[in-house]
Amino acid sequence: MAANPPLSPEARAARTRWLLLAPAIAILIFAASGPLLITLVYSFLTPGDFGGIEWELSINGWFNVFAQRDIFTDELGWSDAHLSIFWRSVKLSLMTTALCLFFGLPTAYFIATRPKKSRDFWMLLIIIPFWTNLLIRTFAIMELIRNEGTINTVLLWLGVIDAPIQMLFTEFSILVGMAYVYLPLMVLPVYASMERLDFSLVEAGYDLYATRLKVLRRVILPLVKPGIIAGSILVFVPSLGAYVTPRVMGGGNQLMIGNLIELQFGQGRNWPLGAALSITLLAIVMVALVFYVRAAGADSKKDGPHG
Amino acid sequence: MTTAISARQLRKVYAGSPPVEALASVDLEIADNEFFTLLGPSGCGKTTMLRLIAGFEHPTSGTLQMFGEDLLALPPYKRAVNTVFQSYALFPHLSVARNVAFGLEMLGKPKAEIKATVGEMLELVQMSHLADRQTSQISGGQQQRVALARALAPRPRLLLLDEPLSALDFKLRKEMQLELKRLQTETGITFIFVTHDQEEALTMSDRIAVMGTGAIRQIGSPRDIYERPAERFVADFIGDTNFVPARITAARDETADVILASGRSTSAHLPQGGARSGEVTLAIRPEHARLVGAGDGLLEGTISNIVYFGTDTHIHMALEDGTAFVLRRQNSDQAQTPIATGDRAGDTFGAQTAQVLRD
Repeated sequence: MAANPPLSPEARAARTRWLLLAPAIAILIFAASGPLLITLVYSFLTPGDFGGIEWELSINGWFNVFAQRDIFTDELGWSDAHLSIFWRSVKLSLMTTALCLFFGLPTAYFIATRPKKSRDFWMLLIIIPFWTNLLIRTFAIMELIRNEGTINTVLLWLGVIDAPIQMLFTEFSILVGMAYVYLPLMVLPVYASMERLDFSLVEAGYDLYATRLKVLRRVILPLVKPGIIAGSILVFVPSLGAYVTPRVMGGGNQLMIGNLIELQFGQGRNWPLGAALSITLLAIVMVALVFYVRAAGADSKKDGPHG
Repeated sequence: MTTAISARQLRKVYAGSPPVEALASVDLEIADNEFFTLLGPSGCGKTTMLRLIAGFEHPTSGTLQMFGEDLLALPPYKRAVNTVFQSYALFPHLSVARNVAFGLEMLGKPKAEIKATVGEMLELVQMSHLADRQTSQISGGQQQRVALARALAPRPRLLLLDEPLSALDFKLRKEMQLELKRLQTETGITFIFVTHDQEEALTMSDRIAVMGTGAIRQIGSPRDIYERPAERFVADFIGDTNFVPARITAARDETADVILASGRSTSAHLPQGGARSGEVTLAIRPEHARLVGAGDGLLEGTISNIVYFGTDTHIHMALEDGTAFVLRRQNSDQAQTPIATGDRAGDTFGAQTAQVLRD
């Protein structure tokens, strides 16, 4: 075997660099860009009869995302079913984010103001459910709000109500389920900013005649904003694509985008439509993120350290 | 003279195991327009005292009044008291001017008035040119000035300063000491200044309260505190002091005749409430003592060490009874007798420069 000509030190350094980067590049190609590209390609193909795809170019997948032809009159119209599912997804995700913020902020504040030793314990209480299987957590919440569940039983027993309140299989139950499931994703980043908060700033606020509410609005919230932004994104994005929780809590008649996509790849046997819906979901997330980050960024530009 | 702050049997115990008594039982009166300093080592309760006045803590028992009004009933945001924090605690999300404006905005002052006052305050601390900077973009000394302007802007009746100079370097600290004194005189606001730095306390204050283990040990003018320490703790904490055993032979109002271990006698100053007979300890400042030849001094001993300090020389002596004694000799003194380690020598001090200690 002929000996390779010796490599120059620069070439060797370059080769080492590529070798070290290889895992990252592999992940980017095979786990991130690849599947996305496949999904994009599939969305422009024809559905196979028993699922899968036929290699035949078609824009029907995309067409069906937004529009539909009336079966009887062949008239072209908006796909009301899809639009209402999109709307429900965005609405429920926004409400979930708001709900998580509403409960997560005081929780994070509470934990951050505990003595250092007991903070870990409180954080553990927040994180333990997070380690539990998603389905189990969802069923636990279901047990609480179903017609024969804890809440209705107690209310009936107290005589507050005569008949069980229908909470399960409504948008309300999806909201409760998602807020419960994603709450830790809000608490963790907000807590991280709260913990870094210098509480002498809070005292300075009180000292300068700010009431509790004003200290919260003018001192605490602006300072923990990075955590709030991170938490909101962490809750909003998975909420929008949520699949298990809406399926269990919505009982199959309150679909969200995730369920719709699953339907197309499963019973619907319309992979191109499912792929097109997936890309649409991705686009919605991207647009929302750009808006959000820009709004937050403009704000921090006004108040930030390099104003 | 109006009383700005009046504390009666103020006590603060922090819960815990074991509970910590930060203030034992403090009685204190601070006059209006006074530069008052709480001086003491860390953990002596001085910061707790400040936090009680600011309203960040609530006392376990006792009363606290400001200009005759009960302070304890008011939350911190309703007290006409502002604080300059040790860490400055400037709002990092606001500019210099917005920081100074904060208190005025919270008080709901009209925009035009806020703008005028902020300008005036920044002028006062010579920070006008940096009004639009972020607080992270200015130096420690400048942050210090902004913190001062922010606390002064709402025109509080009382300004609390929690070791505000401790983070500054030596030269800047000197400068700010004079500056603070000037601001206090110019604004006529009562300043309560907390520090563990005796020199800071001596140079700026009208009166000093020396605190130790949750109690006020002595209150007085800087000169009183330095020259007439009543307790060993005070004498020890402020400046260098020699402690010498003595016995009182006769006591009048404020003076006592004492016999020293050497058998010689002199007179010393008596504190209020101190022992008027028997064995006592005298405190003698090193600069009040003078080196004399062997056999001529009130105390006799051997020179154990000579340390040159530029302006003066510290001469360490081992007295006959084993007590260590330090005296200072100005290096500008003419015709000094040459001395060397191991020489026998005496030292003497003027009548009344020695102070009998209470404990």
